[in-house]
Amino acid sequence: MSLAKSLICRECSRTYDLAALYFCDWCFGPLEVTYDYETIAAGITREGIADGPPTLWRYSELLPVDSGDAVDLGAGLTPLTRADRLAREIGLGEVWVKNDTLNPTNSFKDRPVTVALTKAVELGLSTVACASTGNLANSVAAHAAHAGLRSHVFVPGDIEPSKIVATAALGNVVRVDGSYDDVNRLCSQLVDEYPWGIVNVNLRPYYAEGSKTIAFETVEQLGWRLPDHVVVPVASGALLTKIAKGFEELIRVGLVDDTNNVRISGAQAAGCSPVATAFEEGADDIRPQKPSTIAKSLAIGDPADGLYALDVVRKSGGVVASVSDIEIIEAISLLAATEGILTEPAGGVTVATLVKLAREGVISRDERVVVYVTGHGLKTPEVIPVAPRPPIRASVDGFNETYGTEV
Amino acid sequence: MAATVRIPTSLRGLTDGNREVEVTHGPVAEVIGDLVERFPRLGERLVDEGGSPRRFVNIFVADEDIRFLDGVDTVVDDGVVVTILPAVAGG
Repeated sequence: MSLAKSLICRECSRTYDLAALYFCDWCFGPLEVTYDYETIAAGITREGIADGPPTLWRYSELLPVDSGDAVDLGAGLTPLTRADRLAREIGLGEVWVKNDTLNPTNSFKDRPVTVALTKAVELGLSTVACASTGNLANSVAAHAAHAGLRSHVFVPGDIEPSKIVATAALGNVVRVDGSYDDVNRLCSQLVDEYPWGIVNVNLRPYYAEGSKTIAFETVEQLGWRLPDHVVVPVASGALLTKIAKGFEELIRVGLVDDTNNVRISGAQAAGCSPVATAFEEGADDIRPQKPSTIAKSLAIGDPADGLYALDVVRKSGGVVASVSDIEIIEAISLLAATEGILTEPAGGVTVATLVKLAREGVISRDERVVVYVTGHGLKTPEVIPVAPRPPIRASVDGFNETYGTEV
Repeated sequence: MAATVRIPTSLRGLTDGNREVEVTHGPVAEVIGDLVERFPRLGERLVDEGGSPRRFVNIFVADEDIRFLDGVDTVVDDGVVVTILPAVAGG
């Protein structure tokens, strides 16, 4: 039984039933799920969580839907890998990589989607949809297929071919002539036309809650300790704000003893950096941008949660920084070479930002740092900076001719 | 001479059920002003006390966000469609 209580407007605090609603019809502010934290705190234990399933549904008390009928492909409980070689390379002490490339569809999007589609089924919806830069589309199509729901996933026409192919095998991919922000506007209009559950439109309050679980897992996997500093990729800003909410909830329900402030830093590509720009300028509003970056999965020029992300970062003592496409590619190589983890450009953005903040002294050697790597490199093979050499003859001589001087 | 404003479903109760409203064309500020004058209860939802669009309201003129144009000074030509949408979707 979910202990979600209601939806509440983040701006004016009006409350709403737990229906397919996403904005306050009074002030247009975003709606957020609230819970009966007292009852949760009375029942939740570390042992109970440890005895739960090896998925994010082990935290079902803090999710807005009942887990009994979850649309579940196994999202969550991805590895938290101690990255000593990476840390040494960049002059840091304790670095961990949360490897969310190892979700069912190889990105962190499986977290919000398993929650959103469970809500869609609970609401009796038979068709789901999303506005996506690729990873979300893949996840929605997969989870919809698993649950026997129809899906229409909307993506910009220019996203990476692998993401389109992988998703087309699972559901209806609608390519749109325009940017992600155009796709998002279209979906905000379609939600008025069709009786669909659009996961990041009318199911967004539930969908976004799924992202908290990456914070829950981080803390559980660190032995129920909070990290000192986390580096989070920022597209809409929802992941960053939900990571903050996740840490706060664990403190609130008594699952962590230490209450040290976690510094939360955001990472953006220079070619799409509306939140980083506002941070650097000390601005209180976010000017939308027209994105141009290889980090297409982060290419949201008008981030819905940008203001909230900015607020979270400032209050926590973190920063929002941006990195160039060259730095992104170098960081993909660095993570691959030091830790054996292959990421798509979004993870390159995060690791490049980690490198930058380490170099600038923003992150210090004595901090326990967690960096979120949110999508697999095989989704974007075209950006991986290697050029395989031609095949050799299948003989020792053939090997020695080409590689003899290198071994 | 008129432009059209598309109203999101949740606000149609404030426009007598109309999904589209014909308004006098001109700058967005005047288009919104016209709308507010005719449907005062809609007005208090769309604009703040100072008359500016609320923070979480996005306005599009011919499918382009007015923040990439001239904001509320963007001129809406005759026959052009203005779309009002909540800003909190996506990601």
